[in-house]
Amino acid sequence: MDTNKAGEMAIRQKYKEKFMRYFFFLIATVSVVILLMITLFLFMEGLPIFNQVSVNSFIFGKYWYPTSDPADFGIFPLIMGSLTITLLSALMAIPLGVMTAIYLAEMASYRLREIVKPVVELLASLPSVVIGFFGMVIVAPFLQDTFDIATGLNIFNASLMLAFMSVPTICSLSEDAIYSVPVSLKEASLALGATPLDTIVRVTLPASISGISTAVILGMSRAIGETMVVLMVAGGAAMIPTSIFDPARPLPASIAAEMAEAPYRGDHYYALFAIGVVLFVFTFFFNLVADHISNKYRQVGEATL
Amino acid sequence: MKKSKILFYGVMGLVFFMGANYVWAGKITIKGSTTVLPIAQKLAEAYMKEFPDTRISISGGGSGNGIKAIIDGTTDIADSSRFIKDKEVKLAVEKGRYPVPFSIAYDCIVPVVHPSNSVSDLSLAQLKAIYKGEIKNWNQVGGPDRKIVVISRDTSSGTYEVWEKKVMKKERVFPGALLQASNGTVLQAVANNKNAMGYIGLGYMNSSVKALTVGGVVGSEKTTLDATFPVSRPLYMFTNKWPTGDVSKFIKYALHPEKGQQLVRNAGFIPLY
Repeated sequence: MDTNKAGEMAIRQKYKEKFMRYFFFLIATVSVVILLMITLFLFMEGLPIFNQVSVNSFIFGKYWYPTSDPADFGIFPLIMGSLTITLLSALMAIPLGVMTAIYLAEMASYRLREIVKPVVELLASLPSVVIGFFGMVIVAPFLQDTFDIATGLNIFNASLMLAFMSVPTICSLSEDAIYSVPVSLKEASLALGATPLDTIVRVTLPASISGISTAVILGMSRAIGETMVVLMVAGGAAMIPTSIFDPARPLPASIAAEMAEAPYRGDHYYALFAIGVVLFVFTFFFNLVADHISNKYRQVGEATL
Repeated sequence: MKKSKILFYGVMGLVFFMGANYVWAGKITIKGSTTVLPIAQKLAEAYMKEFPDTRISISGGGSGNGIKAIIDGTTDIADSSRFIKDKEVKLAVEKGRYPVPFSIAYDCIVPVVHPSNSVSDLSLAQLKAIYKGEIKNWNQVGGPDRKIVVISRDTSSGTYEVWEKKVMKKERVFPGALLQASNGTVLQAVANNKNAMGYIGLGYMNSSVKALTVGGVVGSEKTTLDATFPVSRPLYMFTNKWPTGDVSKFIKYALHPEKGQQLVRNAGFIPLY
């Protein structure tokens, strides 16, 4: 009797576990399938534009006049706008983010770290529309008056706002990477007579370079896909920028501004989806690189004997 | 156990009852242009006050999306700040739907500059030259020696279409023009930049910017209706086929000189009469 009951319970347990496994498999599949379907939809709605214009003249065309007659679908100015803004914001955000991370992980007292890190992470939760509004109403007039430029809604302003947004990502992830460098590595370096600065530059940073690179690339991929901020503060001129104080129109801003009024399944509609495809390729590439770096340069195990 | 069962049936009953209520009452869906949205909202509020058994749901999304909803049959009324395009008519007919336009108000689009700007009048030709990028400095049109920052709307907005048709005469706005995605942000951008010029719907006009006269004509209700102000347009509501029932009642309400048209004026637009 007793053994029977125990057996029954074991079987029940087994079914339960089997059920749980399928259940979680199903859940995991759902998100993958949804992602695949969105990608498929994106390509299905974007590709028809290439019946009208060649891929070459779409990517490298210099004029974006989707509604005039005849229309021009050249997104080169938009791509340049996106790349310039992303690069400039990376130039601002990387030193700021990584140095903050080094300070927090290596130099700050435990207490300070416990206060500053959540605050930096909180920055990431600021809605982008708030940052955009800040850039438009406070930063733009300030830039106009200080640098005596025609408009404060420009590449510099947009990059600055995007840097604000990517610093938390970069800082938080880099800090985790630096903090998790094995103490024995640092101790070995210090024991060999290296100064703390040497240790940070020559030992800690190289050991955590994979984590830092991933952080940087994820931060940048957030910046290139960010829509609201660039729509509000980049100015939106669809021309190839010649200075950092020129207005520019990044890819996501174009989609956001024009999609609502584009005639359904018209050329303009297809072109906007094709921009979405280009954007998808960019972020996909960024994530691939991040993945590759984090695998290749991973610090494996402790280097102790 | 029993209590929760009673509660469950109670809730189910209530849901059923309310659901049935929805079916019996008239229901109107309105979708489309964000320009027409404030008019539609005011109309719906007043209409539901007068006919409490009708439920009206309104959403924005743009003229294109509104007309698309008419084509797909997902809305009763589509708001639009432009006339329907040939392609869209063809698509609708293919699906067995016949969009019928009702002009419900006029919109007047006014060029605006920063209040500190000494320029107060531009001709249509000057406006065109500025937006083509040929006139680059305010001193070329009698203003101070400052670069002109040209602010335009996204190329697919109804406001841009009117500007393109009436001012640009189908020529292109130069690529260096800044883009803003709504009347509100144009206002914001012009109010914050003493070099800027933009254009907005008369309904959005406030004292943070200065309205320019076009060829000596002030943009106003009177000049729009007597067709002396050159940059104006009608706003539409589209229905599928000639409207019947509640939709017909709603459209009639919108066109009523003492009811709907008063609300049009309250929303900052120009009534038909």
